[in-house]
Amino acid sequence: MSAKWIFFAALAFTSPALAQGYAGLGDDAGGFERVVPGKPLVFPQDFGAHPKFRTEWWYVTANLTDETGASYGVQWTLFRQASAPGEERQGWANQNVWMGHAAVTSASEHLFAETFARGGVGQAGVTAQPFRAWIDDWNFSAQDNAPPDSGLSRVKLSASGENFRYAFDLVADGPLVRQGDNGFSLKSDDGRASYYFSQPFYKIAGVLTLRGKEIKLSGRAWMDREWSTQYLAASQKGWDWFSLHFSGGEKLMLFRMRDTSGRDFRSGTWISADGATQKLDRDDIALTPLEQTPVAGRSVPTRWRLQVKSRGLDVETAPLNAASFMATSFPYWEGPIAFHGSQQGKGYLEMTGY
Amino acid sequence: MKQIFWTFVTLLSHWRRRPGNFFALFVGLAIATALWSGVQALNAQARKSYDRAASVFSGGGAQSLVPTSGATIPQELFVKLRLAGWKVSPALEATVLVRGTPFQLIGVEPLTLPRGGQLGGLVDGGDFSAFFAPPGQVIAPPEVLRDLGAKDGDRIALDTGKSLPPLRSSAQAPPGLLTVDIGVAQTLLGRPGQMSRLILRQPPDNDAPSLASVVGNALRLLPAGEEEADLKRLTESFHLNLTAFGLLAFLVGLFIVHAAFGLAFEQRLGMVRTLRAVGVSTRALAAALFGEVALLALVAGGFGVAAGFWLASALLPNVAASLDALYGARVAGGLTLDPTWLLSGLGIALVGALVAAAGGLAKALRLPILAAAQPFAWRQAQQVFMRRRAWLALLAFGAAFAAYLWGDSLYTGFAALAGLLFGAALLLPVLLSAALRLGESFSSAPLVNWFWADSRQQLPGLALALTALLLAFATNVGVGGMVEGFRQTFAHWLDERLAAEVYYEAAGAPEARRIEAWLATRPEVLAVLPSARTSVRLSGWPTEIFGMTPHETFRAHFPMIDQAPDAWEALQRGDGALISEQLARRLKLGLGSSLDLPTASGIWRVKVGGVFPDYGNPRGQARIDIDALTRHWPDAPRVSYGLRVAPQETPRLIAAMQAEFGEKIVRIADQAAIKKISTRIFEHTFAVTTALNTLTLVVSAIALLASLTTLGDTRLAQVAPVWASGVSRRRLAQLEFLRVLALTAATAVLAVPLGLGLSWCLVAVVNVQAFGWRLPFEIFPWQWAEILALALLTAAIASIAPILRFVRTTPAQLARIFANER
Repeated sequence: MSAKWIFFAALAFTSPALAQGYAGLGDDAGGFERVVPGKPLVFPQDFGAHPKFRTEWWYVTANLTDETGASYGVQWTLFRQASAPGEERQGWANQNVWMGHAAVTSASEHLFAETFARGGVGQAGVTAQPFRAWIDDWNFSAQDNAPPDSGLSRVKLSASGENFRYAFDLVADGPLVRQGDNGFSLKSDDGRASYYFSQPFYKIAGVLTLRGKEIKLSGRAWMDREWSTQYLAASQKGWDWFSLHFSGGEKLMLFRMRDTSGRDFRSGTWISADGATQKLDRDDIALTPLEQTPVAGRSVPTRWRLQVKSRGLDVETAPLNAASFMATSFPYWEGPIAFHGSQQGKGYLEMTGY
Repeated sequence: MKQIFWTFVTLLSHWRRRPGNFFALFVGLAIATALWSGVQALNAQARKSYDRAASVFSGGGAQSLVPTSGATIPQELFVKLRLAGWKVSPALEATVLVRGTPFQLIGVEPLTLPRGGQLGGLVDGGDFSAFFAPPGQVIAPPEVLRDLGAKDGDRIALDTGKSLPPLRSSAQAPPGLLTVDIGVAQTLLGRPGQMSRLILRQPPDNDAPSLASVVGNALRLLPAGEEEADLKRLTESFHLNLTAFGLLAFLVGLFIVHAAFGLAFEQRLGMVRTLRAVGVSTRALAAALFGEVALLALVAGGFGVAAGFWLASALLPNVAASLDALYGARVAGGLTLDPTWLLSGLGIALVGALVAAAGGLAKALRLPILAAAQPFAWRQAQQVFMRRRAWLALLAFGAAFAAYLWGDSLYTGFAALAGLLFGAALLLPVLLSAALRLGESFSSAPLVNWFWADSRQQLPGLALALTALLLAFATNVGVGGMVEGFRQTFAHWLDERLAAEVYYEAAGAPEARRIEAWLATRPEVLAVLPSARTSVRLSGWPTEIFGMTPHETFRAHFPMIDQAPDAWEALQRGDGALISEQLARRLKLGLGSSLDLPTASGIWRVKVGGVFPDYGNPRGQARIDIDALTRHWPDAPRVSYGLRVAPQETPRLIAAMQAEFGEKIVRIADQAAIKKISTRIFEHTFAVTTALNTLTLVVSAIALLASLTTLGDTRLAQVAPVWASGVSRRRLAQLEFLRVLALTAATAVLAVPLGLGLSWCLVAVVNVQAFGWRLPFEIFPWQWAEILALALLTAAIASIAPILRFVRTTPAQLARIFANER
């Protein structure tokens, strides 16, 4: 799950033709391939791009600490959006647009950068094996010395923006996790869905250069891979999404799609320390905003109470920096959080549509 | 006030009664204004385009990366730079023609385009996907749509036959431009994978890799303002040439105005006398006369400005094509009516009219109330004036010679030209008068004697028109000679210079190697001649270093102006260079001179072994051995090639290369195609010259007509006594006709040496200063014959109407004139 909605809005609402394709017409995939249940994910192919689907993303978030114990958050995201279905066209006629977001968050500041690229010319793209996702000089790719078949288990991550630059090495110490029903992740009651898998078990270490100062950081990272053609129902205005690293090694993904009808769609995955998953249903999950923060001219809930009844989870989250707002072309809130209560740990929160 | 008004109305009534006179004045003033303001409009439009082109890319603090050599940047470099963290955005610029009107087209990539500046509007709230998804869109400001005569959603066809994507009008679009997606531009212009510049969003971070470490020396950062400065410097001479022609045409036009006003004043002497006699004060008369001139100037000037606008629109495609081809300067049409330009056009019409009318005005105002016309006294006065003219002419020639001798700029070149023309204009009546006096001294028969004397008496009245003709004929001989000479020289030079049969450019160095290897297996290919180039600045002047293979093809054919015996051996050894004539003149270099070339690793000194003509190149060029070039500039791409092939194999080879390598070959053309393109460039340039030239000739023919009409009226008073002495009207008409023909023919004959002087001045002084190259001076006698025939035809046509009027004059009228005037 991620800021895809933002990306959708970008292209859909600036183009009347495309907007019609998204809004309302429940079964209209506009010539793109549809997300259907029961189709197994295939690796390493699914690490790479799926141009037959309308949209997809590679999303890395990391909770890090420096040598003094101060907390940091890092985000690296690459989106792909196709403006038209069919075979990929060569050169500038290629129908894909790529967008990269990168951010660095500390308790006192939140820096971010954004970049765009057209498909077909090599400025951005993703290859499955060896894995390489790039846009400009931003990279999320297999480490140089990693064996060719290591997939996503040994990767490096780098990006830069005004006043920041980072380069990290990531090593997975757990398996890939298929979200939803074996990778089929439902988003609405009328059957909108995505293919969705994650790598929540990354250990990450590297250097962040912040305003010219080098800071050594290490911690935990979480990667999401998701692709879809029809994602949001017309009545869905945005979502709240959590990824949590428990101090005991377990992981949790939770989201709610906020619906104007008042009947939100909630879902999640409980991931045990060995990678085994339990799908969480709507009624098992309670997400309650506790405190609103005025940020970028709007009011955003930055403290939450999260409950998973079947697991006895009841925690309160607090942001590292309540002003973790991505004032990109298509704005949203995304930043590191910490939580306490029945369990404790760190994670990431993303909120769109506020 | 009332007095002035009624005097004014009375004066104006003259034009109603003499529409022919009014026509000559009107046309003269309108044409003079039109030629002048048309040229001004062309120059202004070009300058505006240069400024606009520069500001489009430099807005919002953005900078540009441009190719160090060649015109385009391969797309790989863009991607390489982006992947190295350089925030560059590609652009491809060109001039396209729509129904003959040039438009500036730019291809941009909206997602990477810097915000701010003129292009930023595209990014903010733009409809990205519709802009670049096929068929794409052309975004243009409303005024460009108006110029195109199109509306939103229309698809316009280019003159190449390709169709533009649908138009979208947007107030935020860069002014004056057709903006399309980079991919659309590459397809439309037939330049796949090519860009003309990279726009740099912001200076790269300190920790970003250096430009050279990413792309070698293939690209350079364009310092702010350099682009405009270069463009202005390179095109300055072109514009100065245009201005000079405009001015010449304007002056010729003023001759007509002068003649027409002279006629009007002459014809109204009686009216003026009557007005004064009935009590109109000199002041009121002066005010009314000035008012009249001003009114006529404004009306005719207004038409002239409109015609100038039309003329500029008509010439703009040629001017734009020349500027684009010669200097890479893009001028876009849709001329706009600028109020300053309009006012300056009217202003010059007014000033011109006042100057042309000054003599007549003064005469009318000083006229004694009871004075009668005194032709003989007038002639007496002319005698003194003739001597003064001769001295002035000598002075003008002296100044011209001095300007040639000591001058070293285009301005002194034009000064020499002006001195020559002015001197000749002054001298013409003196020479004609001398010739007539000579004729008079040899004749004894009374009628013949009268013929000579009367011709001499008429000369002052005709002098202006004849001078206009002289200048027009001389310009025709001079410019015609230069253009023809250039055409022949250029064609011959192209033949020698384009020794190879096929020319192509590979998309990159690896592709170039692969193609070279493939060519080695083709039996029809006799020689593969690679070349490479890079750009440097020598004494601040953009100069191209061209690496060539010293193959026997070049030794046998490459045209040279001057060369040392071992020029080619020195080139092959790597320590000799051949330099272009432009470079030799600019840096004052000759055979054996040393030339210091700035390389990445320091100064490299070469010896000049030869000087070659390089017509039309605004930059300097030094040719060295290709391997030496690669040693000193390792990053210079070796992608351009010439091929020696048996001519009949050429089309097949090109087809085979295209089939085999597709887009790996960026450009490929055979010799004939390149020759055609090159020749077309010069045809465009000279089309403008020829058009202005022809118009000047037309103007001077009108001047002659106006002058003859002027004289026709006053003639009657002088011819009446001769008729009264028993010479028939028919005989008198024949003599009149003969006189005009003789005077015109004499003028045309005198125009030939003047034209040759002009031609020599153009090829040896003006061209050298303007472009840096000298043409061989050649003469074309058949052109003179044409001019002479044209002159006689002009004279015949111009004299028919006045003579017919004379023939139709009844004996009663003649008798009355004889009685009244004498």
